[in-house]
Amino acid sequence: MSATVSRTEIGAELGLEMYRRMTSIRLFEEEANNLYRSAKMPGLTHLYIGEEAVAVGVCSALRQDDWITSTHRGHGHCLAKGAEPSLMFAELLGKEAGYCRGKGGSMHIADHENGNLGANAIVGGSAGIATGAAFSAKRLGTGAVAVCFFGEGALGQGLVYEVMNMASLWALPVIYVCENNLYNEYTHYLEATAGDILARPRAFGIEAREVDGQDVRAVYAEASELVERARGGGGPAFLLANTYRYHGHHVGDIDRTYYRSKDEEELWRSERDPLALHGRWLEKQKLAAAGDLEQVEVEARAEIETGLAFALEAPFPDPSQVTEDVYA
Amino acid sequence: MSTPSIAAGATTREMTFAQAVNAALREELGRDPTVFVIGEDVAEAGTPFKVLAGLVDEFGRERVVDSPISEAGITGLGVGAAMTGMRPVVDLMFGDFLTLVMDQLANQAAKAHYMSGGKLKVPLTLRTTMGATRRSAAQHSQSLQAWVAHVPGLKVALPATPADAKGLLKTAIRDDNPVVVIEDKMDYTVKGEVPDDPDFTIPFGVADIKRVGEDVTIVATSSMIRVAMAAAAELEADGISAEVIDPRTLVPLDVGALVRSAEKTGRAIVVDEGHRGYGVTAELASTIAERAFYSLDAPVRRLGAMDVPVPFSPPLEDVTVPTPDLVAQAARELVRG
Repeated sequence: MSATVSRTEIGAELGLEMYRRMTSIRLFEEEANNLYRSAKMPGLTHLYIGEEAVAVGVCSALRQDDWITSTHRGHGHCLAKGAEPSLMFAELLGKEAGYCRGKGGSMHIADHENGNLGANAIVGGSAGIATGAAFSAKRLGTGAVAVCFFGEGALGQGLVYEVMNMASLWALPVIYVCENNLYNEYTHYLEATAGDILARPRAFGIEAREVDGQDVRAVYAEASELVERARGGGGPAFLLANTYRYHGHHVGDIDRTYYRSKDEEELWRSERDPLALHGRWLEKQKLAAAGDLEQVEVEARAEIETGLAFALEAPFPDPSQVTEDVYA
Repeated sequence: MSTPSIAAGATTREMTFAQAVNAALREELGRDPTVFVIGEDVAEAGTPFKVLAGLVDEFGRERVVDSPISEAGITGLGVGAAMTGMRPVVDLMFGDFLTLVMDQLANQAAKAHYMSGGKLKVPLTLRTTMGATRRSAAQHSQSLQAWVAHVPGLKVALPATPADAKGLLKTAIRDDNPVVVIEDKMDYTVKGEVPDDPDFTIPFGVADIKRVGEDVTIVATSSMIRVAMAAAAELEADGISAEVIDPRTLVPLDVGALVRSAEKTGRAIVVDEGHRGYGVTAELASTIAERAFYSLDAPVRRLGAMDVPVPFSPPLEDVTVPTPDLVAQAARELVRG
């Protein structure tokens, strides 16, 4: 792959594949929300709707054996890295067939075969894990890179800076992807974040860039460069992706007017939707013929519905399994 | 001292506790290229206790890695490296710094295997220290084994002799789970016979009877083995035969060995250098009391560090930890009613 990937070099195959993945995430999350609203899902979940272009743009630049770590808002990362919706739904419902045998739930899906070292419910908690995966990739000479997804809220955690320092010192192949969806839970990030975000990684000598997180091609182009740079021994990077969370902090966060306006939400949905933006581009570039996008959605919906039906029918784990997997 | 961990006929060499730790690391670094050591001043400095002296010369800075002063960071890095094919040994200079790594240890390392339904493994060893009476004051003297033993998913080893230090550490490095190995700083210069066999390991969950006795069982850990052995010698002069038993690992715990010994003697004392309140002694004493109740002639006694921050001034510090006299006194009270 060349050092620079122009957005316009994205052909029909990749362009449609990214559209399909974003659609799959959108539909998965809508069903997750329905599961909560219909009281079929234990606990809560944190929806990724609105941020799909970040996970898909970054993961499209990765190999299967590249590592990722994810967050409490992690379904998008899991799907973008290749997880099966059926096994994810099963995990959300606490079923034995789930990725974690029902022991992890929405916030802890791990899919080792696809390089996903787990979603993490401690904000910033996976920064060390991703950096360690990069450390071992370098020591073992596997050529893999690690991507650490985290929200802008994790910028308040000291661990992130401890490991960025080491990643830079030792030129580790790790990309820190900061998804700035504007809100640390229910607080605007500007109330919690002093100074310039990019100045933080730059202080460690880390290559830091900013990208429109609603533009999947832009995310892909930046991620491709940074990933290849890291793979080639160029060291760590930081990618700040500006994005927006359409739903609340979690599915139960319905009344949001005390921290953000409905006008703001509507503006992002109508003007900055990553699926609509990319779909229009595909059509304009004639990479998608009339009906292609609808067909993608029909197929994605069928996969999601099949996966959901599987998970709803799947059995719960036997209580005797509670003591299994405490130790390897 | 009876040391059943050393097989009959095994060739041994006398070395200090620190040399035994060093030998374990040297052998495992040499045996398995995925093992590496990371920590503050572990390379040329060989740690402030000089326990790692010389390892960097043999294995280089890629495998004996000097880190920034970032305890949480190196532990987190260790967790990630462990998940992806390596066997890190994280060196945490003082056990008091467990406070700094608790999220990475308790929420990440300990839970990854379970939360992932068995998919992820974290073969991480975290070596750290414990123990008071070094005049190091309240932030460099704690014995926090209870904190880590309380977290399912972690294993906890407390070596008390040079042979145990080597055998338990080698087992920890080869284990597929996160293991916290806690060494008493005051033990580093203690000498003992250590097997030469490069495959000498000590299985976890197997207690060691350090001294056989009939009248009272003293269950002791780490630094408190020295105290218990000295107490047993005092008691022998009084005609009281004390059995000293070392669980060696708190998790997994050799419940059967502790219970059998208490059933045999009918009396038990538990000694650990952690704080007495909500501590290791409480768990061990209740384990014995629950299972050996009908064989006991007296309530189980327990001695731990006083529930005060460890003070600096020697006359203050010295009264905070169990001593041979205190253990012997408790034993006499139990035996003589």
